[in-house]
Amino acid sequence: MKVLVTVKEVAEPDDDFAIEGTDIAEADLEYDLNEWDDYAVEAAVQLAEAGIADEVVAVTIGPERAEETIRMALAKGADRAVRVWDDAFEEGFSDVAAKVTTFEAVVEAEEPDLVLGGVQAADTGFGATGVALAERIGFEHAAVVNDLEVDADAGVARVHRELEGGVEELTDVDLPAVLTVQTGLNEPRYASLRGIRQAQRKEIDAKDLADLGLSAADVESALAITSMYEPESESDAEIIEGDAGEAAGRLAEVLREKGVSA
Amino acid sequence: MSDVLVVSEHRRGELRDVSYEAITAGRELADARGGDLRVAAIGGDVDGFAEDLNREGVDAVHAVANGEEFDHNVYQSAVGALLERTDAGTVVIPNSVNGLDYAPAVAEEHDLPLVTDAIGFEYDDGLTVTREMYGSKVETTVDVDGDRFVLTVRGGEWAPAEGVGDATVESVEVDHPESGARVTGFEEVAGGDVDISEADVLVSVGRGIEEEENLELVEELADALGATLSASRPIVDNGWLPKNRQVGQSGKVVTPDVYIAIGISGAVQHVAGMKGSDTIVAINTDPNAPIFDIADYGVVGDLFDVVPELIDEFA
Ligand SMILES: Cc1cc2nc3c(=O)[nH]c(=O)nc-3n(C[C@H](O)[C@H](O)[C@H](O)COP(=O)(O)OP(=O)(O)OC[C@H]3O[C@@H](n4cnc5c(N)ncnc54)[C@H](O)[C@@H]3O)c2cc1C
Ligand SMILES: Nc1ncnc2c1ncn2[C@@H]1O[C@H](COP(=O)(O)O)[C@@H](O)[C@H]1O
Repeated sequence: MKVLVTVKEVAEPDDDFAIEGTDIAEADLEYDLNEWDDYAVEAAVQLAEAGIADEVVAVTIGPERAEETIRMALAKGADRAVRVWDDAFEEGFSDVAAKVTTFEAVVEAEEPDLVLGGVQAADTGFGATGVALAERIGFEHAAVVNDLEVDADAGVARVHRELEGGVEELTDVDLPAVLTVQTGLNEPRYASLRGIRQAQRKEIDAKDLADLGLSAADVESALAITSMYEPESESDAEIIEGDAGEAAGRLAEVLREKGVSA
Repeated sequence: MSDVLVVSEHRRGELRDVSYEAITAGRELADARGGDLRVAAIGGDVDGFAEDLNREGVDAVHAVANGEEFDHNVYQSAVGALLERTDAGTVVIPNSVNGLDYAPAVAEEHDLPLVTDAIGFEYDDGLTVTREMYGSKVETTVDVDGDRFVLTVRGGEWAPAEGVGDATVESVEVDHPESGARVTGFEEVAGGDVDISEADVLVSVGRGIEEEENLELVEELADALGATLSASRPIVDNGWLPKNRQVGQSGKVVTPDVYIAIGISGAVQHVAGMKGSDTIVAINTDPNAPIFDIADYGVVGDLFDVVPELIDEFA
């Protein structure tokens, strides 16, 4: 069985950041592997270790910079990676359909039995890519999976879907399927030194749209970000000033007023 | 194509609040588009739901009597059938765990643009959606190309629709493919000895605590304050505290007298579980952390400096 994992390099703003145009200034962003995708990679690698998956391929849509992040997935045990990028993606914000078109072409080439991705990308937070991809490629799907058991012989993934309010839905999903992985599904490993060394020798296959048989028109986005701003604070919070001792003193006063005491 | 279709959500026999909020959002959109507001109830006690969903401003309720609990194939097929049979051109769906299990498939199937997790919108010539990015640190406006789309709306952003409407109610059954995803049951996971929703004072710890060993510090504070310890999700994901301590959308909803958030950023799924607290105190190094937007008292500072001092105050 072959597992494809979608991994995104996400940007996180520094505590202090400036907005330039419709995005945060590049200099104020740190990049990292999307937290949810880390759990997806771990799930895939565990399937390989259990002898259920023979190959784990990581795929990303991202610029060259993202290779550092993709290497993390390789260091943790993915066998190889595909990175898709094209000038067309620089044009603006890619909507879900544009990404799905790109992933669809990769799925056609790779023919996975199982696709794992994250519930959401921490930066843009759409929470939509996996389920939309499943629809496009004719796979079954389950969103927000926090427990996973793959029965390859039966062709079924037995999952828990984490609903709101501490309730989980138990579902059998026919393979091939796309699952979106929730944090807590497993314990993502740290890349070992050996893993990191090995990752240097693993292949990251860089492709542009033409390599996938696509053109810029295929990934045109129906969405455009037209402004970005810091939300107006609705709170009238009292921000307690001073050093830690002074702040704690004032806090203690407030807490006692509210009736807090051991 | 000017009508708006809102899909309601229910679980184990109850309509969820987001359904009524989505009706309000849908009515706004229908007004702007000059169309009718249609609401779908899919599966379960659809006749009972139809009655409840007939709130002011609803023009039609479609009671789709297929199955009991949520099944994404049924939902997707029902929406498809209603898009075909009615004048609805756009779909509004709650941005819930189940919403996200079929809304993207609906958009994809019908080749409609999708915008998720809307916290507001305007509709003039077209749709402009307000949504958050970067963990609620910024807001964006997003323009949608085309006058048909699928929109998911965040819970708690629109007031629930009230009153009684004069909607027509139509009973429908739709054809759907046999489900390749079969629900076999439900499980409650947050049980156990401690019920954080009963506590008057919660000391709540987040990823800012960095290491499991450091939990001692907040435990000590909870002791000093006579408070109960709760946490944000990463602490529970890491296995440092049991699931019944988790505050938020997928954990517990709490409304204590005092909620002290320590090293918690204030992600929307966390805030969903604690915004009803009487007094909210936040300790966080990041002055832009969204938790400060809902806090009553904030300390911009390092928890490793502030918490020990606070413990001393109560020693
Ligand atoms: C479907 C779904 C359901 C979810 N359900 C829940 C839920 O029920 N509950 C929940 O909590 N989350 C939930 N989440 C996760 C949520 O999106 C966030 O990832 C999570 O709440 C972040 O937790 P945090 O604030 O502890 O961590 P972070 O967001 O990493 O924040 C850590 C904070 O600590 C601060 N900090 C760091 N060091 C210090 C220091 N020394 N002193 C003081 N402050 C410091 C940082 O400035 C930062 O603000 C859910 C997500 C999804 C997609
Ligand atoms: N540019 C990308 N590259 C790789 N994977 C992505 C990308 N965008 C989204 N994904 C995958 O889709 C999941 C959900 O993302 P989103 O729908 O954008 O919130 C992520 O957790 C990733 O697994």
